[in-house]
Amino acid sequence: MTLEVGGVARRPRVNLNALLIEGRAFLALVLAVVIFSLLSPHFLTGDNLILMTRHVAINATVAIGLLMVILNGGIDLSVGSIVGLSGVVSGYLLQGWNIPFTDRTAYLPVWAVVIVSLIVGASIGLVNGFLIARLKIAPFIATLGMLYVARGLALVITNGVTFNDLRGEPQLGNTGFVRYLASRPLGIPMPIWVMGAFAIIFSLLLNRTPFGRWLYATGSNERAAELSGVPVRRVKIWVYVFSGICAAAVGMLLAADLPAATPRGGEFYELNAIAAVVMGGAALSGGRGTVRGTLIGAFLIGFLVDGLVLVGVSVFWQQVIKGAVIILAVAVDQAQQTLHRHRAGAKAVRAASGGPPDPPDRAVTIQQQKVTVT
Amino acid sequence: MIAEHGCDAPAVALAASDDVVLRAVGIAKHYGVTQALKGVDFEVRASKVTALFGENGAGKSTLMKIMSGVERPTAGHLELDGEIVEFGSINEAAARGIAIIHQELNLCPNLSVRDNLFLGRELRTPLGGVDYARETAVAKELLARLEEDIDPARPVSSLRLGQQQIVEIARALAGDARVMIMDEPTSALSATEVLVLFRIIRELKGNGVAIIYISHHLEEAIQIADDAVVFRDGALVATHSGEGLELPWVVAQMLGGAEIPDRDVSRLFTEVGVALSVRDVEVADTDGSGRLAVDGVSFDVCAGEIVCLFGLMGAGRTELLECLAGRLRAESGTISLNGEAVGSLSIRDRIARGIGLVPEDRQRDGIVQLQSVGVNLSLTTIAALHVPPLLNRADERDRVLAGISEMRVKTSGPEAPIVSLSGGNQQKVVIGKMVLAAPKVLLLDEPTRGIDVGAKAEIYRLLNAQADNGLAVLFATSEIGEALSAATRILVMRKGKVVTEVDPAQADRDSVMAAAGGAAGDLLEAVLA
Repeated sequence: MTLEVGGVARRPRVNLNALLIEGRAFLALVLAVVIFSLLSPHFLTGDNLILMTRHVAINATVAIGLLMVILNGGIDLSVGSIVGLSGVVSGYLLQGWNIPFTDRTAYLPVWAVVIVSLIVGASIGLVNGFLIARLKIAPFIATLGMLYVARGLALVITNGVTFNDLRGEPQLGNTGFVRYLASRPLGIPMPIWVMGAFAIIFSLLLNRTPFGRWLYATGSNERAAELSGVPVRRVKIWVYVFSGICAAAVGMLLAADLPAATPRGGEFYELNAIAAVVMGGAALSGGRGTVRGTLIGAFLIGFLVDGLVLVGVSVFWQQVIKGAVIILAVAVDQAQQTLHRHRAGAKAVRAASGGPPDPPDRAVTIQQQKVTVT
Repeated sequence: MIAEHGCDAPAVALAASDDVVLRAVGIAKHYGVTQALKGVDFEVRASKVTALFGENGAGKSTLMKIMSGVERPTAGHLELDGEIVEFGSINEAAARGIAIIHQELNLCPNLSVRDNLFLGRELRTPLGGVDYARETAVAKELLARLEEDIDPARPVSSLRLGQQQIVEIARALAGDARVMIMDEPTSALSATEVLVLFRIIRELKGNGVAIIYISHHLEEAIQIADDAVVFRDGALVATHSGEGLELPWVVAQMLGGAEIPDRDVSRLFTEVGVALSVRDVEVADTDGSGRLAVDGVSFDVCAGEIVCLFGLMGAGRTELLECLAGRLRAESGTISLNGEAVGSLSIRDRIARGIGLVPEDRQRDGIVQLQSVGVNLSLTTIAALHVPPLLNRADERDRVLAGISEMRVKTSGPEAPIVSLSGGNQQKVVIGKMVLAAPKVLLLDEPTRGIDVGAKAEIYRLLNAQADNGLAVLFATSEIGEALSAATRILVMRKGKVVTEVDPAQADRDSVMAAAGGAAGDLLEAVLA
């Protein structure tokens, strides 16, 4: 039937499928919480929840950035290295420079240190985006390369050692890096605030801006998006920049927390982040995924790992269980997608075998066909 | 049919000519909501060529995919020699003697001709390795039979398209098929290569092979057919024996009641003003051969006009439209929109200036599958709908609803997934997406491909309405009926050039076809000679 404009409900029906996909991860999360709180009395305490959420926040913030890339149909393997590089860059800047021929040292204020570190992360992302969107290098390869380049740069800057003093000197006016970034406003650690802020910003970006629409469209069908006038290359470059910024933020949080900037910081973070994004219902082929789902995925992994530690499962078995859960989550997701398609197909068959398709439109007179075949 | 009498005699002597080898009973196939086949009964006989006719999307290729095990039917079954069979895969069908030459080339371009010929059925040495020597010898034999001088060691990617098609044919010949399905086997072949194929077909008939032949070159298929069946909208609508089979009958059955609304051509559009002006445009072929797919084309389209680019496959229509839209770069020439040169702009900037493309392949280039009807409709105009930095969703919804009603999209609402719509309604969304951007020139490549007859007429009515509002429409088609009915002017393309311009009010089917398919006409004479 033809849609009647006046008769359409203002509020769209809830997308049942999306709810199920995200709901499944959420159910798994609830299940994990119930099981662990039965096994350990310490699991469901306020302190432990905050501690676990702080761990989750570190991974979730990286994962939100990575979600942008995965929605585009790409992958960013360099995020872990950007975490390390960003921490080291802040550490380096906080040490200050000796001005040549004097015994003076120049220092940047803390806000400038934070901005420069974010710019470094964004720049690595920009290089990724340029390699992928302009030089057409496969995302896996380009970001694998940048994984080594960024990690190598972190090692070059520190010469392999760790910056232990990030506190700055009060008389130089560069204190506060650790004080602010490792603070606990309202009793909540800073990483959780940052995760919340990034989640809100990127949710809005995805759902309420043209960019978000372009991103989902490019991830689902890049050719169609391009022909529709979507600036696909610009979108592609920006997602890697966003990913780099998220990773850089995490790098600083991590350094302030220790407090030390180590060039090895953030190793293998890319893998945890990919797991969170995928468990949250995103498709690695692009076009499907939400910030909410990614958060749930990150919480599921984080609570699982910390819960296993708490109940005393050996470190070796933790790895096995974590890997199995990731595979299970994606396998269920695949099965659900297939089921959904089958149901849609069966519905279509029933509908088609129903009445005649597409009743002729009587409002428009069908004119006489000009071509007559003799 | 003259040349075939010699071959028919031994086949009759074998008393096999009336044997039904393969029979389809009540075959139906659905893709999502699209009904590709609606319960088809069909049979093929040994030593006969059964020609299948039908427009794009009529269901021919789908039936062939089912008969060769590529796809499984939603309902109905196949009978081979009277026995019910179910083909789980193309290999199972091949094992029962059913071979198919696909419309799209199914070759691995990185492998050699020989490796492609034996892919999946490699000849083995006693130790289980591949017997390359024997494979090479057999490959040479096959290619010699097709009178094609190709070294079997050459990679397929180095062959021109026609030679690749020969390899595809050779691959089908390599197995001992009892039923040979040829789906557009000649689309890229030269006239002499087609003659070789026809000779092979007669040889196969002599050996008792049943052949199913599908071709857009209707005369060619009529020439070779012993039996003819016509498909329309997923149903088998007519059959005819090869005796007395004539083009007008075939065309009439193919079109059926298709009623494409006429365009009012009484106005003089040049007075309204030229919207799109194309001068000496050249576009390189995307296959990297260095050939020109579009070879110095010049024309104008006025506001309010509906101009048709008519031509056969490979005439350069798609390349021309993609060049005008900005996807392909023009080697030379100028493109101007209302007097302003747009040839160096990106797709996005051209849409902003008022020229957009509705692409040929709706699935690949048209719709965003994972998204809703509403998101697809507003995709082009989304950036205009926001109060920085956020979207104005109420405004978007209003525009989407307006688009749905203007384009007469049959959907449960803007939130419905785009893939839940029928092909025709998906196409209306793809067109609507561009129309919402208020273009001055709308380019459409095969706008009615793969959609049912009712939706076809509706799409042309929509285009008429837009043209009445001053839109310049340029559409490409290979369907002559649509070209003659819907257009105010027809530009006939052949081999990258606009060979003639036709006034549809004065032209007839044959003259346009002849202009478009000069080579096909020559071929016909050659076969008859």
